[in-house]
Amino acid sequence: VQWRTPTLPLYLTFLSRTKTQNFCRNEYNLTGLCNRSSCPLANSQYATIREEKGRCYLYMKTIERAAFPRRLWERVLLSKNYEKALEEIDENLIYWPRFIRHKCKQRFTKITQYLIRIRKLTLKRQRKLVPLRRKIERREKRREEKALIAAQLDNAIEKELLERLKQDTYGDIYNFPIHAFDKALQQQDAESESESDAEKEEDDDEDMSKREFVEADDSDLSDFEDMDKLETSSEEEREEEEEVEKKASHSKSKGKTPLKGPARRKRPYIEIEYEEETEPTTKTKAA
Amino acid sequence: APPKAVPKTIENQRVYDETTVDPNDEEVAFDEATDEFAPYFNRQTVPKILITTSDRPRGRTVRFCEQLSTVIPNSHVYYRRGLALKRIIPQCIARDFTDLIVINEDRKIPNGLVLSHLPEGPTAHFRMSSVRLRKEIKRKGKNVPEVILNNFTTRLGHSVGRMFASLFPHDPQFIGRQVATFHNQRDYIFFRFHRYIFKSEKKVGIQELGPRFTLKLRSLQKGTFDSKFGEYEWIHKRREMDTSRRKFHL
Repeated sequence: VQWRTPTLPLYLTFLSRTKTQNFCRNEYNLTGLCNRSSCPLANSQYATIREEKGRCYLYMKTIERAAFPRRLWERVLLSKNYEKALEEIDENLIYWPRFIRHKCKQRFTKITQYLIRIRKLTLKRQRKLVPLRRKIERREKRREEKALIAAQLDNAIEKELLERLKQDTYGDIYNFPIHAFDKALQQQDAESESESDAEKEEDDDEDMSKREFVEADDSDLSDFEDMDKLETSSEEEREEEEEVEKKASHSKSKGKTPLKGPARRKRPYIEIEYEEETEPTTKTKAA
Repeated sequence: APPKAVPKTIENQRVYDETTVDPNDEEVAFDEATDEFAPYFNRQTVPKILITTSDRPRGRTVRFCEQLSTVIPNSHVYYRRGLALKRIIPQCIARDFTDLIVINEDRKIPNGLVLSHLPEGPTAHFRMSSVRLRKEIKRKGKNVPEVILNNFTTRLGHSVGRMFASLFPHDPQFIGRQVATFHNQRDYIFFRFHRYIFKSEKKVGIQELGPRFTLKLRSLQKGTFDSKFGEYEWIHKRREMDTSRRKFHL
């Protein structure tokens, strides 16, 4: 029996509207929609399925208990077995309107399905979503920028590489004999005589090494363009040759980003350097 | 006029951390000889890395993974496809992988890195930021790069530094002239990958190739990846650890 009221119908109190549907927020509602046939308030004989902690219960409401709100809803625990539970629903709701019986069974099916899915999902990986906090993100970003500036990465890396070169981790790959001689010098006692002796030897060797050095550069130049102004001491002579080579490499260059160093020249041009007779003083510079 | 004072920087004013490693400390040396990286540093094991992502990686992450695998020699990229990490790990151990890297992504950009040393090694979880991919500079060849680890001073920093070092094979090929740098500054670890050339004995030129990113350590766990039951050696706790601007942990 569906009851009507002259004022706002009681059943509309749980109504919540969306664009296409009207939903009923009542917990005992069978279908979830708000209409006369599926409202627990409007119907005096009603039944629902609800689940608590993984077990399903059948709730029933009859006219006889309409006066006793506390005892209004009668609760029956359904078996865990799906088919048995369906039979139990049928038993309890025998002689009840077809609509309610049908909807109860549908609801029960849906509930069991989602319970199964919950159990399956808990076995899989559970991902916890951690929200980002905007203030903290901003702070971290700012600190990172500042740390980057403070780090001076390129300088640090270069310094480290030079350190490793000094400590001979690279062995004999790079022929900087000047360097080796420097170390030998430091190891010996620094007396002027021995120094001058060493210098004379070094002079000859340096000429040799100069030539070696330049040739090695040739192959490297093909990799990098713009090896401007390789600054070792006493290389004015060498620089001239280098300029010529640089011109050649310019033509082979492939437009890569330039290395650290002064601005690159757009057009090749010859720089004329004059050699000076200042070798001894430049020697000490290197030492 | 008074002489110019040394300017105060955050590095100067850094709160002294009692776990800073003294180079001559024997206890530390002993620890390091017997911890999980000892077989690597004794050259008994060759690193073999597995790189993977979280579920459904997007374009940037995939490309980043590929580039990362060119940087780290002997590394393989595998797609996740929804597999649980706990099941991947035993399989990895069975196939002789030494390290596992998981790159986590959020909204199509990679933002987290889990680095796990496999045979029961420590697992480090980082937050990753400022990821820049490689843009058409020549790719790395087959050469094994060198490794530079800068500024890892405390005990924690040391263990993290050793973790990074154990990713790369022990014998770098100097002919390749490539160097991978992990530089720690104020608890941010900057990763760069360069090619260098010595122009003279006092000058070196470097050219950056390879991706770059920055990491910030979030947690260090003793065993392999296990977020629920693992034993954490260090977790970053924001409330306690971010109070002072001059206090750093790495």
